[in-house]
Amino acid sequence: MKSKQPNHLRSIFAHVVLIILSFMCLFFFYILIINATRSHADLQKGFSALPGSYLLKNLSSVANDGTFPMFRGILNSLIVSGCSAAICTYFSALTAYGLYAYDFKLKKIAFTFIMAILVMPTQVTAMGFLRLITNMGMYDSLLPLIIPSIASPSVFYFMYSYLQSSLPLSLVEASRIDGCGEFRTFNQIVLPIMKPAIAVQAIFSFVGSWNNYFVPALIIQSKNKMTVPILIATLRGADYMNFDMGKIYTMILVAIVPIIIVYLCLSKFIIAGVTLGGVKE
Amino acid sequence: MKVKHKKIDYSKWGYIFILPFFVSFFIFSFIPLLDTIRYSFFEYYRSGIKEVGPNFVGMQNYISLLGSDMLKYAGNTLILWMIGFIPQIVIALVLAEWFVDARLKIHGTQFFKVVIYLPNLIMASAFAMLFFTMFSTNGPVNSILMSIGLTHQPVDFLGSALGTRSLVGLMNFLMWFGNSTIMLMAAIMGISPDIFEASELDGCNSIQRFFFITLPQIRPILAYTLITAIIGGLQMFDVPQILTNGQGTPDRTSMTLIMFLNSHLKSKNYGMAGALSVYLFIVSGILCFIVYRITNNDDPDGSKAAAKKAKKLQRKG
Amino acid sequence: MKKQVVSVLLIAAMTASLVAGCAKSSESSPGNENTEGNVINIYSWNSEFRERVEAIYPEVKEASKDGTVTMLNDGTEIHWIINPNQDGVYQQKLDEALMKQADASADDKVDIFLSETDYVNKYTDADADAAMPLTDLGIDPETDLADQYEFTKVTASDVNGVQRGSTWQCCPGLLVYRRDIAMDAFGTDDPEEIGQKVKDWDTIKTTAAELKAKGYYTFSSYADTFRPYGNSIEASWVSPGETTIKVDQKIMNWIKDSKEWLDAGYLDKNVKGQFNPDWNQAMGSSSKVFAFLFPAWGIDFTLKKNWDGENGVWGVTNPPQEYNWGGSYIHACTGTDNPEHVKDIILAVTANKENLLKISKEYTDFTNTKSGMQAAAGDNSYASEFLGGQNAFQYFVPVAENIKIAPLSAYDQGCVELIQSSFSDYFQGTVDFDKAKENFETAIIECYPDITAVQWPE
Repeated sequence: MKSKQPNHLRSIFAHVVLIILSFMCLFFFYILIINATRSHADLQKGFSALPGSYLLKNLSSVANDGTFPMFRGILNSLIVSGCSAAICTYFSALTAYGLYAYDFKLKKIAFTFIMAILVMPTQVTAMGFLRLITNMGMYDSLLPLIIPSIASPSVFYFMYSYLQSSLPLSLVEASRIDGCGEFRTFNQIVLPIMKPAIAVQAIFSFVGSWNNYFVPALIIQSKNKMTVPILIATLRGADYMNFDMGKIYTMILVAIVPIIIVYLCLSKFIIAGVTLGGVKE
Repeated sequence: MKVKHKKIDYSKWGYIFILPFFVSFFIFSFIPLLDTIRYSFFEYYRSGIKEVGPNFVGMQNYISLLGSDMLKYAGNTLILWMIGFIPQIVIALVLAEWFVDARLKIHGTQFFKVVIYLPNLIMASAFAMLFFTMFSTNGPVNSILMSIGLTHQPVDFLGSALGTRSLVGLMNFLMWFGNSTIMLMAAIMGISPDIFEASELDGCNSIQRFFFITLPQIRPILAYTLITAIIGGLQMFDVPQILTNGQGTPDRTSMTLIMFLNSHLKSKNYGMAGALSVYLFIVSGILCFIVYRITNNDDPDGSKAAAKKAKKLQRKG
Repeated sequence: MKKQVVSVLLIAAMTASLVAGCAKSSESSPGNENTEGNVINIYSWNSEFRERVEAIYPEVKEASKDGTVTMLNDGTEIHWIINPNQDGVYQQKLDEALMKQADASADDKVDIFLSETDYVNKYTDADADAAMPLTDLGIDPETDLADQYEFTKVTASDVNGVQRGSTWQCCPGLLVYRRDIAMDAFGTDDPEEIGQKVKDWDTIKTTAAELKAKGYYTFSSYADTFRPYGNSIEASWVSPGETTIKVDQKIMNWIKDSKEWLDAGYLDKNVKGQFNPDWNQAMGSSSKVFAFLFPAWGIDFTLKKNWDGENGVWGVTNPPQEYNWGGSYIHACTGTDNPEHVKDIILAVTANKENLLKISKEYTDFTNTKSGMQAAAGDNSYASEFLGGQNAFQYFVPVAENIKIAPLSAYDQGCVELIQSSFSDYFQGTVDFDKAKENFETAIIECYPDITAVQWPE
């Protein structure tokens, strides 16, 4: 009885805070949606809280513009982000497991090394990266946007921390005794345990890759390989003659839809992960 | 069975499992990094469409960078980062704790969890664009402030260092607090419920539970959040870039290190950009080391504990 | 000119470093071989030039739907390579292509590229030799381009006076004002009388006080008045062969006057710079701004798009000082494998009076034909509905004839942009004068690594 009252108050407080935060988060989507429904001329006049009637017009001008192949762009982005998220989480989990479960001479060095490169900003290597990609004949191709995500130190570190807290080595031992090969142990025993971690990192790397402008802008040249952020940048770079803010907002809106879907799908895994966390000691 | 098992040397599997990571790293990051470092010792830039250099100049680029406003930009970056990060981590911890606390009976948790992460889905550049419009002197925020009588003159948010910095901080906070919350939530959910049950039996209140059980248990993930936040802070770029049109206005008070790097890249000053990159690389390494030391003070890389654990288990087996 | 929209992300700046190894060879004789290539590659930042070529070039057979290829009657294809101007992406991709030009296969070679007044000098530079001298193409500027405005020819020439580009478009600027505000403030909206009130900087300052008394701003922002001052500098920002930026006295005058005007309340303090939402709103019907300084493109694409009232509210008159703002130049790229086609296109789009008048009619450009524009000024079919039936060409012509183009340098774009942004803080009162100077120095050296010093006039 003693603790019931404060809990009640805390609960109200929590709800209020959550509602305020949600309002702040949703407010920007609201503005984005409103702006996407207004024409360029309306937008120039200033802000309005009420939607306009231009959404369909904006949508059709986004869909029909041959110089900005939006749907092709979304497809490219889906391919790049999907593959990146998949190989990034898989190989990071593999590396983390390799360093966590096995004992070998270079283990400590390898670990320290990854920790050392953890914070290296992407921009630092950009110049050399471009030169390398060109020499390898991968300029203007989607591959260099995908393959390098095999080595994602921060995802690795997350996976490693997760393994530390959630994977008892006895489980690995047990599977060995059952005659499982090492790869099978990883794929069938370790990976399912890591599901929550993988889901979380898959979302993050998918979103990161979806919104990445820097590297694609370096590498991609031809229109039909452009990803969404480059297309939006190109559209925004259009000059005074065919500059259309309504179209830009609509494009941003269209570009968000796929990631929201991916997010909603993966967020279920995170919730499901609760029960999986409990295999300790 | 037991004897045979003990003789198998599993270490080669360790190498095999970490091989893809290292191969990919060496090709796509290490070689480019060496390239960057190499150019940092050269005078190498473009004047119009004529190329100047590369001429070897030794440490010249490093020295002239020290003479520039680099340290001021480092300070700006730190300030901008703190304004966003402190509320971010505090709110994220509180929210994560609330979400997993069944006693709070929060309604619509699923809804809130989805919503708080949404700002992260918008491209930073698009987000900055929205902010720019909203907080302009004739923007909606000013008209709301004026209509409710809080101010008579429109507030020039982007005209003052405090205003611009606060906006950058606010944007970073909004974009990233959901991300941290989810991460910490996953960590808290990974804690064995037994521990919580035991604490409940011992009469822990929620604050005690938070500080004495949750926090220590999620320390690795907390360190991870901190480190990724530092990476994000060091790399802070698109938000201030777009909000201030690349100039870090007013008076270069919101110019970050990467914006500084960008202006060298934009002017195709590869030598200087290389040297700046090396500085950034060193700073990031030091920061990371410090954070790692603080959060895991007794076991710098976690491998000792893992090794011990593994040995123990092997012995047991 | 044009879009200086807020910039997006880390630009792909370093792209060109990959060609570090291959020095640019200067094989520059396109020659008389009768075998022309099959593909004409044209680098541009928008569809402006393509639309004009497709509208008037008689050899055009058909254009592909997505606007990337145009077929000519003889089977040659024009490939349009469009990159956004924003963040310098266009120049960067062009530079990259130019550096590879010598080694590129015939169909990949750049044949024509475009540049803007703010950076035309970077490409017409004699040493860089990126743009071919027109005479090498077989175009004689003296005769073939005799009807063009002199200042456009000077702009497209290198230090030795060799013309390396040509334009269809001139951008003389006018003063565009709100008739309703004029009526309220002066009791008249007659262009001649208003013209008298704004005829030079001293007179317009008195007028500004009158406007202020009635609660109006004369211009929206200090950036609006930059072009007239910046266009009349005595010496170029950087003299040929030097690495020192010399800030002209005219620029200092702009700084001094802008501060004075802003403090006096003649400008709207809430509008900072151009091409931003506040500036756009200043062109709306609820704004208190009396006038803008705009060339033809500014009236038709910027002002008209932002105006939400009736046609006929805006009128044009002479500016306080003649100036030019913008303009796209067409260059034949050194190493082109299609010199004949290139020559043909340049002549058709920039030197054919009939074609140019057609462009003026269809796209409201002020085109590069002295006699044609004079004719347009006297022809009422060129009157603008937006301007309430005024024929703007009548006002453009004298301005165009009086423009003395400021000496150019390859550093103009950065100087013009950075001096405005650096002193913006000073105008707004955030930093003092010396700090603003210092900030300009820092920014300009970041922008141009080879600049060693900045000299300020006394």
